[in-house]
Amino acid sequence: MNAIITSAVCGVIMMFSSVFVENKKTYRHIAAVLLLLLLAVNVADTYGIRLFHIDTKGMLLFDRFGYFFNSIAIASTLIYVVLTGRDIEKVGTYTAEYFVLIFFVLCGVTILSSYNTLLMLFLGIEILSIPLYILTGADKRNLKSNEAALKYFLMGSFSTGIMLMGITLIYGATGTFDIYVTPKETITGQPAIVYSLLESAGLILMMISIGFKVSAAPFHFWTPDVYDGSPGVFTSFMATIVKAAGFIAFIKLFDARADASGVEANAFTGVDWKMLFAILIVSTLLIGNITAVFQQSVKRMMAYSSIAQAGFMLFALFSLNDVAKEGLLLYAAAYSLASIGIFAIMVKMKDHTFEGYNGLSKTQPVLAATNTIFLLSLAGIPLTAGFFAKYYMLASVMKTSGYLWLVIVGVVFAAVSVYYYFRVIQAMYFKDGEATITEEVSKGFKVGIIVLAGLIILFGILPQSLLQWFYF
Amino acid sequence: MSTVPLTHILFVSTALFFIGMYGLFTRRNMITMLMSVELILNSVNINFVAFNKYLYPQKADGIFFTIFIITIAAAEAAVAIAIIINLYRTHKSIDVDDATELKW
Repeated sequence: MNAIITSAVCGVIMMFSSVFVENKKTYRHIAAVLLLLLLAVNVADTYGIRLFHIDTKGMLLFDRFGYFFNSIAIASTLIYVVLTGRDIEKVGTYTAEYFVLIFFVLCGVTILSSYNTLLMLFLGIEILSIPLYILTGADKRNLKSNEAALKYFLMGSFSTGIMLMGITLIYGATGTFDIYVTPKETITGQPAIVYSLLESAGLILMMISIGFKVSAAPFHFWTPDVYDGSPGVFTSFMATIVKAAGFIAFIKLFDARADASGVEANAFTGVDWKMLFAILIVSTLLIGNITAVFQQSVKRMMAYSSIAQAGFMLFALFSLNDVAKEGLLLYAAAYSLASIGIFAIMVKMKDHTFEGYNGLSKTQPVLAATNTIFLLSLAGIPLTAGFFAKYYMLASVMKTSGYLWLVIVGVVFAAVSVYYYFRVIQAMYFKDGEATITEEVSKGFKVGIIVLAGLIILFGILPQSLLQWFYF
Repeated sequence: MSTVPLTHILFVSTALFFIGMYGLFTRRNMITMLMSVELILNSVNINFVAFNKYLYPQKADGIFFTIFIITIAAAEAAVAIAIIINLYRTHKSIDVDDATELKW
């Protein structure tokens, strides 16, 4: 509860600071301080210090999992603001408002990590999405940015419509919005089980809709355009924190359903959920990885790579056990941190194609070295956080008998992903060229990015250092 | 007094949902596409009210949900109109087919 209210209040404070503070450079410092405050408040909440006592009537349920994810999301946003705050200033004239919108997105993220009814799920997703439509179109003079905003809006509102249809069907079947559903008797006296077909249809619609939000194939087609068109700094935010939040929403919903009436036990309506998720995973991995191989621009490659990574995170949805939940948190952290680093370096580059990175190791050795670590982490090479993240995901599937082929598919596509991540490394180290950056990077940026790379290696060697917070 | 059965109302709402979806995929005018989205949301509203009245009249859950949907739809429409106006300023058209900077 602390984080939800504080993030909204921080947004309002930020909004007023744009009235009272003249200097544009101050905004990112204010935002960083407010994010630190938000992180502190959330950690306090984890240890039982509640600032607000509000009876939510069971609509929000705060648990360790949610708090921990909030901390990851807020800390990632803090790192993101510290590293790329300078570039956010360059997007347009309304600098403070961009930070405001980021805070409102965080408010949506914190709701999504703690919702307990479908109403809060809907509100969370909308609070998260509407500021993002604006951020996508933030570069007002840029045609691409405008178009990306339009496409994002159309696809986003379409998926909202599908999700709402799913919610009504579930409501029709069970008479409640509670995600831990206990079917109620209808007044016609029929037992609720009659409506289980309705409920399955509703859940499939929910799956499609959240699949849109996390860009799982075959609902991914908006992703490359939107990520490519929107300003680089906001692509970074969308592809990392927001996507991870989508997965948290996804796993909370289906985890609750598997406990209660039965994603697992719904066999008599003929829906094989495991198979459905397996198909989603395989198509996402296939489309994300294979298309990423053919990209010429690093920004577009990262868009497809985010689809491919979403495929890996979907493994958690497939297996829905404890390993999967832990693994998803680790994956969210590893993926967010690495992608933030790559995007932070990318927005500094003049040329976003692979050729633009040629010879970066000569001109900017620090950036090239850290970028290598981030790319290795995304590819899942040992000693980086990405390795253990992928390991947890595949281990969770191993616990489900009869799906060994899915693990093999996962490993094969992880190997494919190495190709396009290493293309960047190859360009930076083994090709001659004059990789130019738009402006001289500051010392602070270099320190920040080295710390980020250090974090990734730390989580790669000691993944328990992150996860033990989860158990403490 | 004979009442309208639930299935009739569900038929209307489902029809509206698919009309909206059809409109979203076939129309190229952005305002029309926005209207299609609104149709989808309103079909959901009808569904909620009907389920609430016919199946679960003990609590007004469904009706509350429609109020939230209407509010969110208004917020979405505001953002959408802003995006469309901005696109009109740069493209001088509100036809989606003219917005081809990015490949689908």
